[in-house]
Amino acid sequence: MQVNGYKPLIVAFCCNWCSYAGADLAGSNRLSYPAEVKIIRVPCSCRVNPMFILRAFQRGADGVILCGCHPGDCHYTSGNYFTRRRMAALFSMLDFLGIERARTRVEWVSAAEGAKFAATMNDFVETVAALGENKRLEDLRCKR
Amino acid sequence: MQKITRKMLIDKAAELLQNGTVDRVLGWKNGEFVYDVTPALFTDAEALEKDFVYNDFCGANFSKYLIAETRKQGGKVLVFLKTCDTYSFNQLLTEHRFDREKVYAVGIPCEGMADIEKVKKAVDGIIAVDGKDDKIVVTSLYDGDVELDAQAVMAERCIVCKSKKHVAYDELMGEEGEVIESARFDEVEKLEKMTADERFAFWQNELSKCIRCNACRNVCPACTCEKCVFDNPDSGVENKAAADSFEEKMFHIIRAFHVAGRCTDCGECSRVCPQNIPLHLLNRKFIKDINSFYGDYQAGAEVGSRAPLVNYTTEDLEPGEAVEKGANN
Repeated sequence: MQVNGYKPLIVAFCCNWCSYAGADLAGSNRLSYPAEVKIIRVPCSCRVNPMFILRAFQRGADGVILCGCHPGDCHYTSGNYFTRRRMAALFSMLDFLGIERARTRVEWVSAAEGAKFAATMNDFVETVAALGENKRLEDLRCKR
Repeated sequence: MQKITRKMLIDKAAELLQNGTVDRVLGWKNGEFVYDVTPALFTDAEALEKDFVYNDFCGANFSKYLIAETRKQGGKVLVFLKTCDTYSFNQLLTEHRFDREKVYAVGIPCEGMADIEKVKKAVDGIIAVDGKDDKIVVTSLYDGDVELDAQAVMAERCIVCKSKKHVAYDELMGEEGEVIESARFDEVEKLEKMTADERFAFWQNELSKCIRCNACRNVCPACTCEKCVFDNPDSGVENKAAADSFEEKMFHIIRAFHVAGRCTDCGECSRVCPQNIPLHLLNRKFIKDINSFYGDYQAGAEVGSRAPLVNYTTEDLEPGEAVEKGANN
C-alpha cells in the first residue's frame, strides 16, 4: 500500500495462541494483507510492555498494532484483560502528549478469524499511510 | 505560617527518644541555604536542638526513607508525616516495602508548603525564613524583612491539596482534617482541550528541558524498584543527557506509566525537578483517566487496596474507546 510513494512500516504484536494463528489462517486462505506489516510473536498480548511499543516507534515504525485473543478467551485466562487496561492508559497518555491516536490500536483476533486479521491489517495500514511518517516519536539516530 | 512549630516537634521527638519509644528521628535540617531543607537523621536531643528545622520549605516526603531506615538494626524510627505523606506511607505498606512495626509515625497538620521559585521571584538574597499567621516573613540580605502572603507563594501541589486527613499514624498532633474536593485536574483538563499539535508543542517544550538527573525517579515514593529499567544500559534511555527528543519522551512516559495506579499524587516529582518541568501533570493524567475509566481510586487511601492496573473486570473499556473518553472529559 502506498500513498504518494510512501509506504508505512507497521509492527504487529500478535499473541501466540490466537492472533498469530489468525495470521497463519489468513495466509493459508490466500487472503492478502500488506507486506509492510511486520509481525512479532509474543506468548500473550500482556507480554507487551509499554516500552515495546515506544521502542517500535523509535526504531522506525509508523504504526503499532497489538492483537490478542478475544477477552474471555485468553490462553492464560486473564492476560488480555490486563492488556486492555494497560493499553487504555498508555494510548490515552500518548494522545495527551499530542501523538496521533490512529498510530496505535488494539484488536482482538481469534485463531479462526483469518479474514478479520487481513481486513484489520488492510484498514490499519491505510489509516497509518494517510497519517504519513511518524515524526513525533522518531529517533533521528535510528533513521535508515 | 505552619501551625506546628519547630519547638513542638523537637519536644515531641525528645520526649519519644527519652522514653525509649524510638531510637532515632527522621527530620529536616538546613541545606546550604535555608530554603533547601534536606532530610536528616537525629539520634539525640542535643542534635535535634542544634540542627532540626521546621519551616515552609519542609516539603520532603519521608515515606520512601523508611525503606532504608527500617532495614537497619535497632529500635523504632520516628517519622513526621504530613497528610500527603501518609498516602505514600500506606501505599508503600500495601506493597510490603517496609516494616510497619519498626516505625513510629506522628501525623502533623500541614497548611501548605511554600514554592521556593515563587519566593525567589519576590525576594532576592534569602537568609532566613519564618512563619507568622498567614504570612511568611523572609529575611533578605538586601531588603531586610519582607512579608509575603503565604497563599501567594504556596506550591501548586498545596494549592490544590487533595486531603487534610491523615490516613496513617500512631499519634496525631493537632486536629484531624477532611478529604477535600480539590481542583487538581484543572490543569490536565486545560491541556486536554488543546489540539493535538498544541499539546505536542507544549510537551516538547517542557520535556526538552529535562537533563535526565533522575531526581523525579529517585524521590518518588512509588518508584522503589531495587533495579530500575532506566539503569539498564540496553534500555536505550540510560544516558545522562538525552541525545534525542525521543529519549525524553520515552523516559517520562515510562516513568509515569510505571507508577500509574500507584501514584498518590504527592507532587514530589515536580518539587525536586531542577528544570521545573510540570511532571505531576503526567501522573495526574493517569489518575484522572483511571478514575474515569475504572471508577474513583485514591492510591494509599487504605492499606491493601488493589491498584487499578493490576486488576480488571470483564466489562472494561476497549483501548480505542478509552482514548476517546480520556480526551473528552
